[in-house]
Amino acid sequence: MNAPELPKSFERRESELPNPLPRPEGEFEALKKAWEAPRGLSFITAVNNTYVGLWYVGTAFLFFILAGILSLIMRTQLAVPENDLVSHSLYNQLFTMHGTVMMFLFAVPAVEAASVYLLPNMQAARDLPFPRLSAYAFWAYFVGGLVFFGTIFFGLSPDGGWFMYPPLTSTKYSPAENADWWLLGIGFIEISAIAGAIEIIVGVMKTRAVGMSLDKLPVYSWAMLVFAVMIVIGFPAIILGTLLLEMERAFDWPFFIAERGGDPLLWQHLFWFFGHPEVYIIFLPATGMVSMIVPAMAQTPLVGYRLVVLALIATGFLSFGLWVHHMFATGLPKMSLGFFSAASTAVAVPSGIQVFAWIATIASGRMKLTTPSLFVIGFLFIFTLGGLTGVMVAMAPFDWQAHDSYFVVAHLHYVLIGGMVFPLFAAIYYWVPVASKRPLSERVGRWVFGLMFLGMNVTFLPMHITGLIGMPRRVYTYPVGMGWDELNLVSTIGAFMLAAGVALFLFDMARNFRFAGEDNAGNVWNASTLEWLPNGNYNTRSIPSVVSRDPLWDQPNLSKDVKDGRYYLPGTATGGREALVTSPFDARPQYILQVPGPGWQPVLAAVFTAAFFLLLTVKFIFTSVICGVLAVACVIWWLWETDPGPVRPPADIGGGIVVPVYVTGPMNHSWWAMIVLMVVCGMIFTCLIFSYLFLWLVNPGAWPPREVEIPQWIWPSLSGFLYIGSAILIASASRLLKGDDRRSPRSVPILIGTALLLLAGASTVDLWAQWHTGLSPSAHAYGAAVYAILSLQIFFVLTTLVMGPYTIARGLTGKLDSVRRTTFDNTMLFWYYTVGQGLVGLMVVHGFPRLTGGV
Amino acid sequence: MQSALDPAGGDAWDLYWLTIVMTVGATLIFIFVTALLLYVVFAPPERRAWLGTRRTIVYGGLAFPIVTLSLLLPYGLVVMRNTDVPRPGALQIEVIGEQYWWRVRYPAEGGQDEFSTANEIVVPVGRPITVSVTAADVIHSFWIPNLGGKIDMIPGRLNRFNFTAERPGVYRGICAEFCGAQHARMAFDVMVLEPAAFDAWRKTQAQPAQEPAIPFLARGRDLFRSGGCGSCHVVRGTEANGQFGPDLTHVGSRRTIGAGQFPNNVGTLAGWIANVQHIKPGAKMPSYGSLTGEDLRAMAGYLESLK
Repeated sequence: MNAPELPKSFERRESELPNPLPRPEGEFEALKKAWEAPRGLSFITAVNNTYVGLWYVGTAFLFFILAGILSLIMRTQLAVPENDLVSHSLYNQLFTMHGTVMMFLFAVPAVEAASVYLLPNMQAARDLPFPRLSAYAFWAYFVGGLVFFGTIFFGLSPDGGWFMYPPLTSTKYSPAENADWWLLGIGFIEISAIAGAIEIIVGVMKTRAVGMSLDKLPVYSWAMLVFAVMIVIGFPAIILGTLLLEMERAFDWPFFIAERGGDPLLWQHLFWFFGHPEVYIIFLPATGMVSMIVPAMAQTPLVGYRLVVLALIATGFLSFGLWVHHMFATGLPKMSLGFFSAASTAVAVPSGIQVFAWIATIASGRMKLTTPSLFVIGFLFIFTLGGLTGVMVAMAPFDWQAHDSYFVVAHLHYVLIGGMVFPLFAAIYYWVPVASKRPLSERVGRWVFGLMFLGMNVTFLPMHITGLIGMPRRVYTYPVGMGWDELNLVSTIGAFMLAAGVALFLFDMARNFRFAGEDNAGNVWNASTLEWLPNGNYNTRSIPSVVSRDPLWDQPNLSKDVKDGRYYLPGTATGGREALVTSPFDARPQYILQVPGPGWQPVLAAVFTAAFFLLLTVKFIFTSVICGVLAVACVIWWLWETDPGPVRPPADIGGGIVVPVYVTGPMNHSWWAMIVLMVVCGMIFTCLIFSYLFLWLVNPGAWPPREVEIPQWIWPSLSGFLYIGSAILIASASRLLKGDDRRSPRSVPILIGTALLLLAGASTVDLWAQWHTGLSPSAHAYGAAVYAILSLQIFFVLTTLVMGPYTIARGLTGKLDSVRRTTFDNTMLFWYYTVGQGLVGLMVVHGFPRLTGGV
Repeated sequence: MQSALDPAGGDAWDLYWLTIVMTVGATLIFIFVTALLLYVVFAPPERRAWLGTRRTIVYGGLAFPIVTLSLLLPYGLVVMRNTDVPRPGALQIEVIGEQYWWRVRYPAEGGQDEFSTANEIVVPVGRPITVSVTAADVIHSFWIPNLGGKIDMIPGRLNRFNFTAERPGVYRGICAEFCGAQHARMAFDVMVLEPAAFDAWRKTQAQPAQEPAIPFLARGRDLFRSGGCGSCHVVRGTEANGQFGPDLTHVGSRRTIGAGQFPNNVGTLAGWIANVQHIKPGAKMPSYGSLTGEDLRAMAGYLESLK
C-alpha cells in the first residue's frame, strides 16, 4: 500500500542494508508488545505520540470551533446598528475570549500538537524523546483549557481584550476575578507550550533517521525548530508579564500604576515582545506544512530548499525586532517609530522568499488540484493580501489611522486565517491518510474549501473599508447612520458562510476518519517523506538510513525494507520502548534512549497542576496549595522511574554499529533539555531585569525613592559568598562522582545537603537585608521591582530545595552512581543556573542604584 | 462624518495620499502574484518550466520586495516627519480621557481666560492646534479620523497631537483603545469654525453660567441643586462645583450629549437624566428615575438653557 508508484528498475544491493533477512523469531512481536497501547480506562495513560498527538490536535480543533462560535455571536450582534442581542458585558467577554482562545488554546497548541504527531513520523523516530512530557503538556492544556473556556457560561470570563492592557485590568478597574482567569489560566497554558517547545527542540536535534543530516532535514522540521526556539525566547516575556500583573493584583505591587512609579507601557512592551513573535510562531509551522504539501502535490522536490530554510530562520530573528509596531500610537519618539517601521517592512522579504519558492516549485512540477492543493492556493491568495496590508500598517503614519480600527481586524484575520487556518486545513486533508484507515473525501473537501474561501473574503475584505471609514475595534454596537451598516451586514453573512464550511468539514471527518493502528490509508499522494512509511505505534519497524531529502522517491525499496526490518534497530534491545538518538548535525547513531511508557503520573501531575492554578484563581488558597504539592509529588513519582542507567551492555543495531543504551553528559537528551530550560529561565530573568531598568527610566530621579535606603554592602557580599560556596560544593560533588567503576561515595549526599543550606542561606540573607531597611513592595515601583527579583530568585532556590533532596534520595537508594548520574547532572546544571541568576540579581539590585547615584 | 477617507486637514491629506498610494501599489502587487500563481498552476508545463528555478525566488521573493520596500519606506518616513509636527503659535487644548467621556480644558491665552468643557472640541479653521492628552483612569485613544491619526491617552504620560483643520464643519472623534464597559459609546464632536466664530465661542465659554430666565427654569436649577448634582458637576457661577463629571456650565450649547451619543435637546437630556444606566450601562452617573415628569422637564430645561 505504502510503496510509491515509481519505476522499480533500481534494486538496492542486498549487502548494503544493515540487517539481514530473515529476522529472528519473535523480534517484531517484542517490538509491538513494548509499544502496545494500554487498554480500558487506563487508555488515557497512553503517552505515545500517535495517541497524544491526535488527542492534542482534536482538542485544539475543539477550541477552534468553540472560539468560532463566539465570533458568530459577535457577528450577529454587529449585523445591525444598536443591536441588543447581547449585553456590553457579555460582548466584551466574547471578544476577549475569542482572541485569547484562538491564540492560546487553538493556534499555538494546534501547531504544537500537529508536530507531536508528525515530527517523529517524519524523522522516522520511534517517539519524541520525552513522551511523558508531551502527555503532561496535553493534559494540563486539556483540563485547564476546558475550565478556562467554561467561565464564559458564568459571566466570569476575562473582559479586558486579549492583550489585557493595565490599568484597565488592574484591581482598581477590574476588581472581579475575570482578569485573574486570564492571568493564571493563560499563565500555565504558556508553561504547557514551553514544555512542548523543549520536546520539539530536542526531538528535532536528537531523534532522526540515520543520515538525516541538517541539510536533509524536512522543511517542516526546520520550521518546528525555529518555532520552538521562538517560543523559548518569546514566551518568557508574557510569562513574566502575567506574573507581574498578577502580583500587582494580588499583593498591590505597583508595576503598572502610574501614581506609584509604575508605568502601563511596561506591560505593552512585555506583551508585544511576546505578542508579535507569536504571530510568526503560529505562521512558521504552517509554512513548514505548506513546504511539505506543495512538493507532494506537484510531484517534484521543493525549489530553493536552502533559501526557504534561511527565510524561516530570518523570520525568526526579525520577528523579535518588530514589537513596537503594535505601539505606534503610544507617543514614542518618531526616531524609534522609524526604526521599527523599517524592521517591520523587512520581515516581508523572508515571507516573499517562501511564497516565490512555492510558486517556483509548482511551476517546475504538475500541481494536482486536490483539496490540499486548493487550500494551499487559497492560503497563498489570502496570505499575500494579508502580507500586503501588513506592509501598509508597518508604515507608522498610516498605522496612526488604521490602528485599533476594523482595518487591523481585517489585516490580522487575513494573516492568521490565511497564514495558519488554511494551511492547517490543507495539512489535515493531506495527512489524515497517515492517521486514518480512509482518507477524507475529495468531493466534500472542495465544498469545504469553497465555502471557507468565499466566506473568509466576504467577511474580512469589507472590514478594511469599515475601518478606514472610522469604525474602531472592540465596540459592542455602533450608532445608526455612520455608513457602517451594510458593510457589517455583509461581514456577518460571510462569517456564517465560513462557519458552514467548517461544519461541512466536521461532517467529512465524522464520515471518513477512522483511527488506524497499522492499517492506515497509506501513501495516497505518492509523497516523498518518511511519515508515509508503513507504521504502527512503534512508528517504523526499523529506523531507515536516508541519503536525500526525498527518500521515498530516491530509495524506491525503502518502504518494504523498512517494514521487513532490514534497517537499524528492527526490534527492541532492552525489551522496552526505545528511540535511537542521533548526533545533531549529521545524524549518526549515538545511543539508544530508553523511552518511558504509559503511566498515570503525567495525567495526575497535569490535573493537579491545572487544579493548582484554577483554584488559586478562585482564591481557594488552601485546596490550591494541596493540589500544588500533589502535582510536585506526581512529578517526583514520574521521574523516579526515569534515569534507568545502563541496563545492558551496548547493543548492535545493525550494520556493525554498536551503541550504548545509556549515556550521560552533553550527549544526553536530558542535558539538552536542561540547557533549553535554562535558556527559558534566563529569558524570564532577562525580561525582569529589563522591567527593572524600564521602571528606572520612568523614575530617573527616584531610584530608589528618597526615603528608601539601600542595604549595606556587607549583606549582598555575604549572600554572594554563600551562593558561590554552594556552587563550589556541587562542583566537588560532581568531581567525586566520576569514574567507570559505578562508585557512589557517601560524601556526595553530604556535599549536596551542605550546598542546600548555603543556597537557602544566601537568599534568606538578601531577603532579610531588604526587609530590614523597611523597603515596602507596595509603596513604589522601586520596591516592587526589587522584591520581584528577590521573589523569582527565591522560587528558583525553592525548586532547588526540591531537586537537591530528590538527588540525595536517589543516592541513598542506590540509584545514583558515577555512571548512572543523569539525575545529578540535571540538578547540577539547574544549581549553577540558580547561583548565576542569584549573583546577577544581587549585582543589579545592590549595584545599580549606587551606580546611577540615586543614593 | 467620521472617515479617514474624507480628510479635512493637511496632515490628514498626507495620510490619505499615503493610504491611496499604498492601496494602489498593494492591489497591483496582489494582482501580479495571483496571476503568476494561476499561471504556474494552469499554464502548460513547457510554457511555465522557466519559472521553476531558484531565479524566480531570487527575483520575485528577494529583489522585488527589497526594491519596492526601499522606495516605500522613505516615503513613509517623510510623511511621518511632516505630519503631527508642533507649530509655533498653535492653539493649546488639553484633553483628558475618562471612563467614558472627555474632559476638555482651554488654558488661558493672551488676554483670554481659561475654561473647561467636555465631549466637544472647537477649533478655528486654518490655525495649528496642539492637543495635549492624558488619561485619568485607564488607557484611551484620541482619534479624529478626518483630521489625522490617533494618539493614546495613557495615565501618567502626557502625549501631544498636532493638526490643522482646513475645512469648517463638524467631525466626529472617538476613543480607539478599548477602555471598558462603554468603550463603544465614547465619542466627541469636533467643530471647526471660522476664526471670528471661534473667538465668540471662546468668549462665551469662559463666562459663568446664565441665570435662569423664567421660574420654570429656576425650579430646574433648584432641583439640580437639591438633587446633589453639584457634587459631581460644575456649573460655573453657581455653587455646583463638583469635579468628578463633565463641566455643565454651557452644556446647552453643545451639539450632543452622553459623549457624542444623542443630539442635545430637552427630550434627550431628560431621557439621559432618568435613564443613564439603561442607555449607557456602566457609566459613572446613576439614573435619576424617581423624578416626576414635571421635575425632569424642568431640570432638562434648565440644562438646555445653559447656552
